[in-house]
Amino acid sequence: MKTTRLLGLHAAPGVYLHWVLAALPFAFMICAYLLLSHRMLAENPNAKLLPSVGKMVESTVRLATQPDPRTGDYPFWTDTKASLKRLAVGVISAAIVGLLLGVNMAMFPGLNSMARAFITFLSIIPPLAILPVLFIIFGVDEVAKVVLIFIGSVFVITRDIYLATAALPLEQVTKALSLGASQLGVVYRVILPQVMPRLFNTARLTLGTAWLFLIAAEAIASTEGLGYRIYLMRRYMAMDVILPYVCWITLIGYTLDLGLRMWVVWRYPWYTK
Amino acid sequence: MVHEINIGPDPEELRTRSILYIEDVYKAYGDNVILDDIDLSIAPGEFCAVVGPSGCGKSTLLRLILGQERTSSGRVLLNGCPIGHPDMDRGIVYQKYSLFPNLSAMDNILIGHKLRMWPWQWGSRKKDLTEKAMVFLGRAGMENHAHKYPHQLSGGQQQRVAVIQALFTRPKILLMDEPFSALDPGAREDMQMFLLELWEESRLTIFFVTHDLEEAAYLATRLVALSQHYSDERNPEELAKRGAKVVLDMRLRDVGAAAAPHIKSTAEFGALIQNIRRDAFEPGYRQHVKDFSLTHPHSFRTPSSFQGGQQNT
Repeated sequence: MKTTRLLGLHAAPGVYLHWVLAALPFAFMICAYLLLSHRMLAENPNAKLLPSVGKMVESTVRLATQPDPRTGDYPFWTDTKASLKRLAVGVISAAIVGLLLGVNMAMFPGLNSMARAFITFLSIIPPLAILPVLFIIFGVDEVAKVVLIFIGSVFVITRDIYLATAALPLEQVTKALSLGASQLGVVYRVILPQVMPRLFNTARLTLGTAWLFLIAAEAIASTEGLGYRIYLMRRYMAMDVILPYVCWITLIGYTLDLGLRMWVVWRYPWYTK
Repeated sequence: MVHEINIGPDPEELRTRSILYIEDVYKAYGDNVILDDIDLSIAPGEFCAVVGPSGCGKSTLLRLILGQERTSSGRVLLNGCPIGHPDMDRGIVYQKYSLFPNLSAMDNILIGHKLRMWPWQWGSRKKDLTEKAMVFLGRAGMENHAHKYPHQLSGGQQQRVAVIQALFTRPKILLMDEPFSALDPGAREDMQMFLLELWEESRLTIFFVTHDLEEAAYLATRLVALSQHYSDERNPEELAKRGAKVVLDMRLRDVGAAAAPHIKSTAEFGALIQNIRRDAFEPGYRQHVKDFSLTHPHSFRTPSSFQGGQQNT
């Protein structure tokens, strides 16, 4: 029997080839960029669209190591800190509220009757459409941005946790009751621990949209933050700052995703069996 | 047409004597009648096995006793009191989903006690209860598996833990819904021995639902068969609306006495199985209501059983 290395249903690439294949698209992207950038700069050394790698590194290092003459801060780090703080507060509060809402809705039919249609309705409102409303209510400070991230994440988390809880076998509830659990004991000591890993996985998926709302809010009204800097630099066509910032955001996002995934594997070994 | 009918012992007296008392119980989902006037009274310490063709409502009856579902009419009494939602009086072992996947075998056993205490009370009881649980695990040959999660255990080991888990909070009656049906023959036989051992020792009342006739006849002291294949005075067009009745109720051995494993190979055991199979499982063999073989001393029927069905279904 013939097994191919690359093509077909039965292909077995092997460890080495696997990593080569995984690296290939990245290498292609980088090469394409370098080539195009080189050609453009050869034509016009002042072209701003595709800056050279050296230029990007130089600008990033400058933002990260030289204090801003006006404020005395290091812009790269204050931006990162401000954005991560907003993101963390928004997503964590959405996760806590979503977990409690979702679990209780799935377990208590009375609450479910009352809340489900309403939550579904709210979840369809495009959060960006009410961003002006948030700015009017909460001002242009931190609160409005965090609330935008919260609103953008909380309903998705609620609905996902609701589905995960509702999918648990009813036998588990009966079983817990027959072992002497109270009604609240069933919900908070038997069911809730079982949906915790799902919460982390949902949070991973939600982080993508959370970034979207964060950058949108920072772009419109802010004085610091990764999204703020990108939109500020756009005015000067400073691609040598914008591109590294995009890479930095991607790197942070990837690290957060990986961290959450590792946490679930480590903390809930029964979940990913 | 009037039949001479022996309706068995006085229900009043049975009600006070039995641990589980079921009278005139119907269960219907819309037009679909599942259980059709069930009368059953089970004495303390009995190992009662319920058999019947698939879809005859054995598990439905178990869920009614458990309190997971409500009867359409009739009543179910546990120690003389109407049953409510599931509680500690009734332990349960399912075919699967008995164990909590996020807890180790040991924690699965302990969780019943844990759930009834505040976390700060647990500290003082933990050591004592863990030791007790370890004794049980030892008897199941599972000392070394105490800290494994359910998915790391074999099917037989999972069910052992499930039985220990249910017994550990000392229920008044243990309900078992096809507990060994998903196990391979070897594991199943081990489980049967393990269960009989615990039952003999604890003098527990067990209500055991299975589709495996041989298992039922081997384990139980009392065998009850449910079936929808029977005939009565109702019109043929009402045939579709008929649910299962108790068509056979017999005493197999004394309460508290487990059978020896070798009886499975005896000729009487084979003949017994054949008879029960014909009475309860063959769709073509329709006994009349008055001919049911309800020979168990605690078997009874209320007069409504002979009036040709219920009106309110």
